[in-house]
Amino acid sequence: MNNMRHMMNPLDFSVDELEALFDVANDIERNMEAYSHKCDGKILATCFYEPSTRTRLSFETAMLRLGGKTLGFADAGSSSAAKGESVADTIRVVSCFADICAMRHPKEGAPMVAASKSTIPVINAGDGGHQHPTQTLTDLLTIRSLYGKLGNFTIGLCGDLKFGRTVHSLINALTRYEGIHFVFVSPKELRVPDYITEMLDSKGITYEEVIKLEEVIGQLDFLYMTRVQKERFFNEEDYIRLKNFYILDKAKMELAKEKMFILHPLPRVNEISVEIDNDPRAAYFKQVQYGLYVRMALILTLLDMTDAHMNEGLLRKF
Amino acid sequence: MLNIGKIEEGFVLDHIQAGKGMQIYRHLGLDKLDSTVAIIKNAKSKVMGKKDILKVECDIDTLNLDILAFIDHNITVNVIKAGEIIEKRALVLPKEIHGVLRCHNPRCISSIEQELPQIFYLADEKNEVYRCKYCDEKYSDGDAVKK
Repeated sequence: MNNMRHMMNPLDFSVDELEALFDVANDIERNMEAYSHKCDGKILATCFYEPSTRTRLSFETAMLRLGGKTLGFADAGSSSAAKGESVADTIRVVSCFADICAMRHPKEGAPMVAASKSTIPVINAGDGGHQHPTQTLTDLLTIRSLYGKLGNFTIGLCGDLKFGRTVHSLINALTRYEGIHFVFVSPKELRVPDYITEMLDSKGITYEEVIKLEEVIGQLDFLYMTRVQKERFFNEEDYIRLKNFYILDKAKMELAKEKMFILHPLPRVNEISVEIDNDPRAAYFKQVQYGLYVRMALILTLLDMTDAHMNEGLLRKF
Repeated sequence: MLNIGKIEEGFVLDHIQAGKGMQIYRHLGLDKLDSTVAIIKNAKSKVMGKKDILKVECDIDTLNLDILAFIDHNITVNVIKAGEIIEKRALVLPKEIHGVLRCHNPRCISSIEQELPQIFYLADEKNEVYRCKYCDEKYSDGDAVKK
């Protein structure tokens, strides 16, 4: 394949390239049937060195919906890694069997090592606490689809902002768009790291940091919820004192705008009360659907198979 | 007073922070070079008080001095040819550093696949920040070269 590309980090693609990718994803949303044979005869390998339900199923569904087939392993124990095979050797072997590979690995940088030795496109399906680019692409597509554009909105990020890789990756990705104001809602123990706020300062991007969600929920266009884990706190008293600040319920939603959308990377535990699942602003399950569309679009893009049924000019950048 | 003769061709690395001479000797791979090398420790310096100096007699194209800028950009590199200084080379931070720094992030793939080359890239030139090419972990003082 000429100019073979991989997906290691959302920032590997320019804003225009991402726009083209999202255009394909939205076209898939409207015309799923038209894509059902695009990958006939193609094979996706899912090399998952650690268990994952949603991401692996999403990738496999994406390929099956495109008419292709899937093979792979769902944990390191059932792969040659258990015998000590290196990631580089595994991908060389997988390259002989499949046309594209989605890899999840607990060690940071493993998919990049694979990409450097691979003869097929590699998608990073999550490498430890480092990157999870298709989650970020999912988040961006969801925001774009619900809001109509990427830019000129206020987004609140709530919960564990210190350790959450999806949050850091989303903030990084959003800094490339105009007019975004960030509101960080977290206990002081789980504040967004300094290097993120320094980066925002250096780019002149506005943000605020607060402890209580109620104080700011009324100004948000999007609320990105994450889980606050008990083990992140130094002591149980602090956890008990603070945990209710970060549980989204009906009472808090009454303070929110009518058109504020709630996002969550899932799995949710108790940070979003089930009583608001039927609220039209609850978009976290719709987000999963957009995750499928964006993975389908990504597979097509990396396989360079995006032209046949697409609207003219949709993939102008590829 | 210790006297060390002039060299005909090679490098004189001056204004090395006292005590770092041996580190630089190792990181430049001078132990593997079949050349005359003089390591001067704790030489008197008006500016620094004490300093180390390295004199290396070698073909001036044989040494890659990129790592010096990372270790200490205040080092003066004098390039010698025919017994004379022909150039005072400015030190520029290398875009990538191969095989010198070691990533100490236990979650990095390089921690379990030992044959992977250790590569760090220059992430922030202004603040001289290097990050591991695999996991993006920031290099921290004390991990390897700098002390």
